[in-house]
Parts: sequence; structure tokens; C-alpha cells
Amino acid sequence: MIEQIDLTMVSWARATFALTAMYHWIFVPLTLGLSFICAFFESIYVKTGDEQWKKLTRFWMTLFGINFAIGVATGIILEFEFGTNWSNYSWMVGDIFGVPLAIEGLLAFFLEATFFAVMFFGWNRVSKRAHLFSTWMVAIGSNLSAVWILVANGWMQHPIGMEFNPDLARFEMVDFWAIVSSPVAISHFVHVTSAAFLYASLFVVAVSSWFLLKKRHIKFAKRSLTVVCTFGLLASLFVAYTGDEHAYHAANVQPMKLAAMEGLYDGEAPAGLVAAGLLNFSKKPGDDQDAFIFEVKIPMVLSLLANRDINSFVPGINDLVYGNDAENIMGVEEKMVRGKLAVAGLGDYKAAKKSGDQLAAGKALTLFEENSDYLGYGYLDYAEQAVPYVPLIFYSFRVMVGLGTFFILLFLVYLYLLYKDQLEKQALLLKLGVGSFLLGLVAHEAGWIVTEVGRQPWAIQDLLPVTIARSNLDAGTVEVTFFMFLILFTALLIAELKIMAKQISIGPEGD
Amino acid sequence: MFKNAFDLYYEGFRSMVVGRTLWKIIFIKLFIMFAILKVFFFPNFLATNFDTDAERADHVLSNLTQPAADKH
Repeated sequence: MIEQIDLTMVSWARATFALTAMYHWIFVPLTLGLSFICAFFESIYVKTGDEQWKKLTRFWMTLFGINFAIGVATGIILEFEFGTNWSNYSWMVGDIFGVPLAIEGLLAFFLEATFFAVMFFGWNRVSKRAHLFSTWMVAIGSNLSAVWILVANGWMQHPIGMEFNPDLARFEMVDFWAIVSSPVAISHFVHVTSAAFLYASLFVVAVSSWFLLKKRHIKFAKRSLTVVCTFGLLASLFVAYTGDEHAYHAANVQPMKLAAMEGLYDGEAPAGLVAAGLLNFSKKPGDDQDAFIFEVKIPMVLSLLANRDINSFVPGINDLVYGNDAENIMGVEEKMVRGKLAVAGLGDYKAAKKSGDQLAAGKALTLFEENSDYLGYGYLDYAEQAVPYVPLIFYSFRVMVGLGTFFILLFLVYLYLLYKDQLEKQALLLKLGVGSFLLGLVAHEAGWIVTEVGRQPWAIQDLLPVTIARSNLDAGTVEVTFFMFLILFTALLIAELKIMAKQISIGPEGD
Repeated sequence: MFKNAFDLYYEGFRSMVVGRTLWKIIFIKLFIMFAILKVFFFPNFLATNFDTDAERADHVLSNLTQPAADKH
């Protein structure tokens, strides 16, 4: 079945979506984090009345504005793609996503748009406290917007609070609060926003380090660094904590993703965490090859992270694909049988409704409902299709965690040297600080890859594979738009970098 | 109050420096996105090819029940 579908179209549609999302993701976390950093700076200004803090706030606020302007509306392109390339998916989730995205739009409009003008145009026109209030509202509004996007994304990772309507082919919301308060969505939100705070802190570290290297605006740079290194350190620690929560939820609702993150093929009790390793790229599910050419494992830690029990069993890819009776794990092969019953039930229901045979429709609906939890598996041709591409996820996860650990150390060292008043003498460290922003971007994108590629082949976990979520389009059409976006995004990125670099080189004096 | 709000925006836009360039970029970007990309390259597939929600639902159901046979 799947072989007959135009996989090339799906691949181009996925590549286009990945390109758009990853580009969008350059700007969004910077907006989320910088908005709070500006609010911190301005709070200090209002508290102390020191005009230097005002100058500092206005400088970072200008860079925030540049980033916001270049990044604004890039997310709308994702919505274009939903309607054109992913029309089956869009139709099926419209009822679920409608409410959160509408709330997001209203919040973004009323909070951000209203207070944005006061934040940028209101200096010396409104009172200090009214201006500060506006800055905080922009920060809170931006981050609240992210809640709803991540609630929608969390639902795709763990679809709850809904029922499938077989007449309309739509998932319909039956419990709004179950969707909003889903542990997966909440852990997703706190992890992503805290990572955004970290990423924005690295941006300030990079620019301030550059000033110190150039021996310009030294007091300004040190003040900025003192605040953002504290903020960045707290954010980094929180990212580690929320990342652990995120992985714990993945272990429960997306065990295949966790197994891919660890390159774990055969489940273990207790299971160790691979601290570093070289994957065997020719390893396939079910074969006898070793998964690693070389690995360093920390005993029991994966069991602890996955189940909060150091002796617990953590299923591997083979357990999940072929089943494991001893651990009571249903394999993909059995899920495929049930999924195909769900697909057949849905088809029979549609045919019976069309012919007016109510009895047959009722029987078909019962068959569908008994097996609907496995609907997505009915579209797979062989069980191994349920396994995402392990090397990409395994290495992306380690890049993310490795860089996250490095950032904690970086902030600590910066704070220590600031305290000792020795930072500007450390040229090598300052160069590392300048480069750390790029590393932050790499870590951020790696995290996105782990989350989104790690749940493949699913558009909606267990219910809808990407091959069925797509529109019936030719690959050529989608291929053209991919390259158009590549050109557009590159042009916008160059524009941002040029304007940002010019503004940074002018420095805080040029308001 | 309305006059104050108007003045805030009017003076704000008038005294922009970097903002002028940014607004130009925003308008060019929005023009490309909505007047070119959306119109010529990103029609809503179901809205364009079907007239009613019932037809759209039927099409998606067909894709769900006979995914391979329903290629255009």
C-alpha cells in the first residue's frame, strides 16, 4: 500500500516543513527570551533610576525589535503548508487545533500588538512604570502565545481528549482541559521556553563578549553579562530538569522515540544510559549485529530516567517492533493487524452508510471503534516502518545534551570571572562566548530534530502516519516551493544579519 | 486619550530610524507571502478542489480507507 503512494511528494513536503520550522525557530526563541531579558534590564532601571540601565535596555530592545520584525509571520508559512501539502491532516485536526490557535492569535494580537507600540514608542511619553508594565506584557504575551502552539504540538505527540468522528473523518475535541493540561504538552512548553531563555542569554553573551574583545562599552557589556549569565545559568539548569521530564513522558507515551534516542535495540533491566558512542550504521531492527562500534554506558541511569526505578525494564526497538510477551509489550506487527481492522471497519462503515444499510454500518463502526487506537498502524506495510531514523536522533540528542552541559559550565565560568573582575582579560573565553550563540542555535535545532524526527513515521502518534496525512499532489509542485523558501529564507536571514550587525557595531550610544 | 494614543503612534513612526528599514522588510515579506506564495503556490487543497464540507470529508475518508487508490 505505502509503496504505491508517492513517497517523493511526502519527502519534499517533510523537507519543506522542516526547512520552514527550523528557520522559524531561529527567531522565535530569541523573541521569547530577549523579551524577558529586556524586562529584567528595564526593571533594574526603574528600581535604580540609573540612566545607564535605560540605555542598556533600549539597546537590547532594538535588537529584540530587529529579530521580531524579521521573524514575524514566518510561522504563517507553516499554516500555508498545512493547507496545501498536508490537507488530510489539516482536515482531521481542524477541530482540535482551532481553539488553541485562535486563542494564540488573540493573545498575540491583543497583548503583543497593544503593548509593543508602548514599549518602542512610549519612552518619555508614558510613565516609567507604565512603560515597564508594557515591556513585561510583551514578554508574557509572547510566551503565552507559545503555550498554545506547544499545546497543539503536544497533542500530536500524545493525542488525548478527543474522539474520531467517522462521518466527518475528523478528530473532535471532547475534553479541552485534558488537551491543555496534558503532561506532555506542559513538559514540552516548559522545556522549550526555558531553552529559549538559554538561547537568548547566549545571544547577549555573544554580543557582550564581542564588545569586551573590542574593548568597547566595557561597563555596559559587564552589566549585561552579569544579568544574563545569572538568567542563562538558571535557564540551563531548568532546561536540564525539564528535559528529564520530557524524556520521562517520551518513555511512557513514545517509547520508540526514547529507544531511538538511546540506540537501544534490545530492552534491558536495568538499562544504562549511553554517555557517548559510535553507532553501527548498518544495524537494522531484528538483525544480529551490534548496535554500537564503541559505547560508554552509565549503568542503570536510563531505567531511572525512563521509569524512576533503577532496576526497571526499558524496551528497545526490537521489543517494540516484534513484541515482548515477558514484558507484556504488544509489537508493531500485532498493532498492524488491529490497525488494518480499524481501516477496514472505517471503509465498511462508509460503504454501508452510502448504501443505507444501518445494521452493517453499526457492525462496521463497532469493528472500527474496537481497533481505532491502532488506526495508524493499519497503513504500515511492514513493522520496521514504525522505527524512526536512529542515527539522526541518537546524535542529535547527544549534541543537544552535550551543548546544554557546556552552557552550564560557560555561564558558571563567566559569572566567576565577572565576580573576580577578570573576564575582559580572557580573550580565548570571550571568543568562545561569541561563538556560543551559534552553538545555542545548533542545540536548539538538534532538540527540535529529536522531538519531531523522533516521532516519525507519525504525524499524529499511532493514529496517522505522514504518508496518509499528505495531500494528493505531485512531488514537482512541492519541490518548487522548497527551493523558493530556501531562497526567501536565505535572503531574510542575510537581511537580519546585516541589520543586526550594523546595529551592534553602532552600539548602545546610537539609539 | 485617543489623541494621546494617536500621537504615540504618529510620533513613534515619524521618529523611527532602524524601524523604517524593518517596516519595509515586513511589508515586502508580507507581500511575497500573501500576494505571491499564498495565491500562486499555496492554495488550500481541500478548499480549492471541493465545494462542500461533505465532499471534503468524503475525500479524506477515501484517503483513509483506500489511500493508494486515490492519487491524483
